Amino acid sequence: MNVHLSSELQGKIFEQMEASYPNEGGGFLLGEAQDGAITILDIIEVENTFAEAEQYHRYAMRPQDWMRLEDEADERGLSLVGYYHSHPDSPAIPSEYDREHALPNFVYVITAVMMAKASDMQVWRLRADRSAFDSGRLSIT
Amino acid sequence: MAKIRIPTPLRAYTEGASDIEVAGSTVGEALGNLVEQHPDLRLHLFQDDELRSFVNIFIGDEDIRFMQGLDTEIDAADSLRIIPSIAGGNQPRSHQSFRGKTIAGEEAPR
Repeated sequence: MNVHLSSELQGKIFEQMEASYPNEGGGFLLGEAQDGAITILDIIEVENTFAEAEQYHRYAMRPQDWMRLEDEADERGLSLVGYYHSHPDSPAIPSEYDREHALPNFVYVITAVMMAKASDMQVWRLRADRSAFDSGRLSIT
Repeated sequence: MAKIRIPTPLRAYTEGASDIEVAGSTVGEALGNLVEQHPDLRLHLFQDDELRSFVNIFIGDEDIRFMQGLDTEIDAADSLRIIPSIAGGNQPRSHQSFRGKTIAGEEAPR
């Protein structure tokens, strides 16, 4: 899986993730999939609705946010291609919790934020049998 | 027939269709009919015959968990929607589940 992301959008994600620190932040990725490559064309920040005391290691969105943004993507001729979130003071590697809540055919962009500084970004996709994530190649353009 | 709206990532299992017509007089029957038509959806919607915890079913703006769950009655005019609850989080490295290979030898792209 190849994922293309502009340096401008990556900068926006890093800025948001650093502002959310020490809590997790996240949002949706809008874009298009073509010939096995996914191009992210917009990001939309979504509020972390997990219990505040747990937000340092948990992130959740309301189902209504999915509904609203999926409709918006359809109206704009884009697709909901994935979602991004941060791992404060933890590697940009999916957790078991991530896997249990993941969907196939969806890009998972994880940003490691170490000591309030975004330090790594990795892209992942759940296998069709749900057994594990596979890493993808992220191209910053 | 009632319709079910499929979330974008799962449309790969419905030949790209976003809305599927389903038979059944309850939400549970409608979902059963959906996975009969598109069997690859089952793994991502159900675990041991129960809806996965992150799978929400809405009728209009109403979550069936606040109605009668899978026993909620529907009619042919109803539009159902499958909405995943997006969630994530980190935990100690020893518990992490991945088999993919990270981008070895490259600096983290910025």
